[in-house]
Amino acid sequence: MGIIFSVLFYAASVLFVVALGRRIFKYATTPAPLVIPTTPAPMTWLGVIGRMLREVVFFESLFKGNKWTWLFGWLFHFGMLIVLVEHLRYVSEPVWFWVASIQWLGPYGGMAMFVGLAGLWVRRLVVDRVRYISVLSDHLMLGLMVAIVGSGLVMVYVFPTDIVMVKSFMLGLIKFDWQPLPSDPPVVVHLVLTLVLMIIFPFSKLLHAPGVFFSPTRNMRDNPRERRHTTGWRSDAHPEK
Amino acid sequence: MTKPDFETPELTLTQDVPAVQPGAMEHSKPFVAKAAHQEALGFPGELVDNWKEVALDKMSDLLKTYRSLPVFLDSCVKCGACTDKCHYYLGTGDPKNMPVARQDLLRSVYRRYFTVAGKFLPKLVGAKDLTEEVLEDWYKYYHQCSECRRCSVYCPYGIDTAEITMAGREILASVGIGQKYSNEIIGKVHKIGNNLGLPKPALADTLDGLEEEVKEDIGVDVKFPLDQSGADVLVIVPSADFFAEPHVDGLIGYAKVFHQSGISWTLSSYASEAANFGIFVGNYENMQKVAERIRTAAMELGVKRIVVGECGHAWRVAYSFWNTLIGPFDFLDPKFPIPQHVCEFTNDLLSQHILRLDAEANDDKIVTFHDSCNVSRGSRMGNQPGGQFIIPRQLLRAACNNFVDMSPETTHEHTFCCGGGGGLLTDDLLELRVKGASPRMNALQRVIEDEGVTHMAAICAICKSQFSKVLPFYGMGMDMIVSLHQLVGDALVLDNGH
Ligand code: SF4
Ligand code: SF4
Repeated sequence: MGIIFSVLFYAASVLFVVALGRRIFKYATTPAPLVIPTTPAPMTWLGVIGRMLREVVFFESLFKGNKWTWLFGWLFHFGMLIVLVEHLRYVSEPVWFWVASIQWLGPYGGMAMFVGLAGLWVRRLVVDRVRYISVLSDHLMLGLMVAIVGSGLVMVYVFPTDIVMVKSFMLGLIKFDWQPLPSDPPVVVHLVLTLVLMIIFPFSKLLHAPGVFFSPTRNMRDNPRERRHTTGWRSDAHPEK
Repeated sequence: MTKPDFETPELTLTQDVPAVQPGAMEHSKPFVAKAAHQEALGFPGELVDNWKEVALDKMSDLLKTYRSLPVFLDSCVKCGACTDKCHYYLGTGDPKNMPVARQDLLRSVYRRYFTVAGKFLPKLVGAKDLTEEVLEDWYKYYHQCSECRRCSVYCPYGIDTAEITMAGREILASVGIGQKYSNEIIGKVHKIGNNLGLPKPALADTLDGLEEEVKEDIGVDVKFPLDQSGADVLVIVPSADFFAEPHVDGLIGYAKVFHQSGISWTLSSYASEAANFGIFVGNYENMQKVAERIRTAAMELGVKRIVVGECGHAWRVAYSFWNTLIGPFDFLDPKFPIPQHVCEFTNDLLSQHILRLDAEANDDKIVTFHDSCNVSRGSRMGNQPGGQFIIPRQLLRAACNNFVDMSPETTHEHTFCCGGGGGLLTDDLLELRVKGASPRMNALQRVIEDEGVTHMAAICAICKSQFSKVLPFYGMGMDMIVSLHQLVGDALVLDNGH
């Protein structure tokens, strides 16, 4: 069990890093030929950093767009942030103190994720416009997340698993000193689905995570008069007649 | 006017979101460009035999040269926040007019040919083969988007459907199916210098006529100089300003402002157009070629400054793109913004007390202001973000005692397009234009009822033409729409006379 898992884990990690890296490389190296921030836009880099922070931390644009989607989306993502930090205890030894200090929040993070996902899924099914734009993969993605979160919560509240063993397995992966993994169904489901998530990440709409940072309407400065912007694909953007 | 074969949406004081009505605007598409109009722009005259290959090559090209495309096509999570933001969806209920669905027309093909998931699991991720039906859908629905960027305000990733529409139109033109209205107009600018195809003698005549008209009207010798070498300022206006109503009153307004300021200025017959429809078809080369005439004219006339008249997309191109397209402007006076909007120009003179406005001249009016989409979401005025909202309102408040804003979810960055932007201002799209105007009409109706508004000012040639046409459909007078600089001109205190 432990061995199969270890191999899968390495394979998924390599795929995740390489495929995602290639995508990010593509975004970073494709020129933005024209100045197209959605205005009013900041005029300085500091301002752009502020706009980006508001976008990533508070989902500013989504807040303007739709309060329900914002609420559920924000609950889900910030629940996830808490859970991810909480999970760092499986890979740190001794557990970093800031990770240890938020352990108690973990289950709440999981529940916030669950509520967020449920709300988003209901909207996708009930609001005619959102139903119209949804395809199978949109529903499957929600199902996958629900299953990962659900199996996690099951381990917290219903069938506790041997987390000491899970931890030694995880540390073993990092140190290339492979250890066995508990074979309770919830932990197996939880880990398998997480690997699935890692594998599909770079090939799916989850690319919104790196994408937001490269969005030219959000990361460009509004200074075309003050500073000449060039296309990046022409040696001279101005052909003399 | 023949009776239209569609119904004008009912005015509602609040903006309702319609239920999804698939196919509601399936019949709407503009006339296709003739071969001559395509070829003049460097596009094939008719649908090429290997169109599929050409289209995919073009798409691959665009994906490499515009970062917005791969980022936007990959990042959409189908959250739906944009689905009720487009005036064309609000006015028609056709789901393909929801911004995300409009993007999906291109995205499904992108997925099929350019992504791993779409190559192997097309059904799962909504990937589609590029077929004639898809091409047909592109032609219809990429001509039901006015590239107004409203959707991009609310998208958590800033996805701007206008960028997708521009790419879609460029691909269409590249396989041989361009839009008649826009392409014909771009051809005229390349050949003659303006959208109307107005040659120099006709232009000179028109301007002489205006001088006489103003003289008769107010008894002052306000000049409309043409091709005057050595003038300080080259003024670039949308050609509609030369003769269309209410545009021409705006031009008279600029002329009065220049007259009173004493700053020498000139129009150019070679660059007699501020509009740049190159942006509408999304084609860099054509956009640049149109803009290039302005650089040439400015150099030949030896001016120190360039001021741009009231036109929305023209200002976006001028403000945001000119420096890239035809810069650097090292031959102009760096003390002034390059280019400068006529509203900035007038506002500066007002704040320096060089001009004086007597707002009583407009006391017969209660005025509101329509923020043009391209000015609001694709440009700036002044030296702080949002100046594009502040400066026109400052001018209006100075020129009119009665100014009221429409409701905030329909102004500033949230403004609705007039319904005729983005190359859709053509009679073959009249139904779309009337329906797309309904969100603005609803907001206007509200201030008419609540505040007794009599006039709506605008700073865009397309908005002005569009409203003149569609206001009557909603039972409002076509002369409700006025140029901002008409109000300024009427209130301006001139030294010799008023
Ligand atoms: S850019 Fe404007 S017209 Fe086009 S889809 Fe977005 S909101 Fe609609
Ligand atoms: S708001 Fe943005 S992410 Fe959401 S559906 Fe529309 S385009 Fe996609």
